[in-house]
Amino acid sequence: MPDDHEINYNSYKELPPSPIATGSSLVFKTGGWRTMRPIIDLEKCKKCGICWKYCPDVSIIIVEDLPKVDLDYCKGCGICANECPFDAIVMVEEESI
Amino acid sequence: MASLKQLTEREERLTGGHRLCAGCGASIIVRQILLATDYPVVVSCATGCLEVSTTIYPYTAWKNPFIHNAFENSAATISGAEAMFRAHKRFGTIPQDKKVKFIAFGGDGGTYDIGIQSLSGALERGHDFMYVCYNNEAYMNTGIQRSSATPMGASTTTSPAGKVIPGKKQYPKDLTEVIAGHHLPYIAQVSPGYYMDLIKKVEKAMEIEGPKFMNTFSPCPRGWRHAADASIDVAKLAVDCCFWPIYEIENDVYNLTGQSNLIATGKKEKVPVTEYLKTQGRFKHLFAPGNEEILKNIQEEIDRRWDKLVKLSSL
Repeated sequence: MPDDHEINYNSYKELPPSPIATGSSLVFKTGGWRTMRPIIDLEKCKKCGICWKYCPDVSIIIVEDLPKVDLDYCKGCGICANECPFDAIVMVEEESI
Repeated sequence: MASLKQLTEREERLTGGHRLCAGCGASIIVRQILLATDYPVVVSCATGCLEVSTTIYPYTAWKNPFIHNAFENSAATISGAEAMFRAHKRFGTIPQDKKVKFIAFGGDGGTYDIGIQSLSGALERGHDFMYVCYNNEAYMNTGIQRSSATPMGASTTTSPAGKVIPGKKQYPKDLTEVIAGHHLPYIAQVSPGYYMDLIKKVEKAMEIEGPKFMNTFSPCPRGWRHAADASIDVAKLAVDCCFWPIYEIENDVYNLTGQSNLIATGKKEKVPVTEYLKTQGRFKHLFAPGNEEILKNIQEEIDRRWDKLVKLSSL
């Protein structure tokens, strides 16, 4: 598995012999795209995991059965808030935080 | 079937940091499919949104081996990898009992149009792999051009709705039926909205040897012009209105599953297609006065295809 580090090729001589990926895209913090942030109310959460299974960005992490948002990669699409059957997630504007 | 808790404990094979749009259906599908299996997998991918956004050189969002070759030969590439794997077993360089699953991903452009010959060839040769088409109904990666999967009436950049034409004039190709003509051990049509159904089908497919095909409905907020948070709602509605029935074909035996089965047996009500069309901006013009005929035609075509499918299925 490629490492989570930035890669800078300064010359073609440094390139690997074939076009292979040597780094992980975890370097890119796509959380910077976000305009709305999901806030989870853990008191309303029933641990159903629906937010986790529909997240396109692997940004809901289940820690001890409870969901947590990985703000490094969450793009703020709002699918989790929209699909939560218990309204435990609300989308809040980034600027207001 | 693995419980949700078991699934959450599995390692994610697609990492964050990929550059797919917010609310993209493709990454939801990839996650769901790869989480459904415990086997090591090798993935090949046709050119398209998924490939471009997950493997921006020299970085990759995949934790499993990943090959990209060209637009038209995702299936040919994975069949080569699979043949190599079998050869290594024969030569004794890989243990006989080693199990690796081969999965090819392709968008509708790379499957319905450009990649259909390599797909058909790989299926006919009988390689042990699964082909997954994530169908977002147009060439989204290059800027929303129509494909043969684009539904009738959809406005795309090469079938723009205006005074001359009311969006795409043709009905979409039914690829699952085309693949059914290959008489494979397992073919399925799924929607990421109905997650349990998808997981069940992938788990089943992974235990079957031989070529498998899965056609997946993949909402695209950018190209379909709906809100990013509505992706899953749209994926569910498409099944509810029978535009995208979910079913499986196991050795030529048709079986409607999940929500589609409930609709066919009368336990759930079939939603009019207008409810589905209303959710997306690409169909907005169809609701303008004068286009009632098109809406009627779309509904009739969906009913016709649905009735045919119900007749084929053993309920």
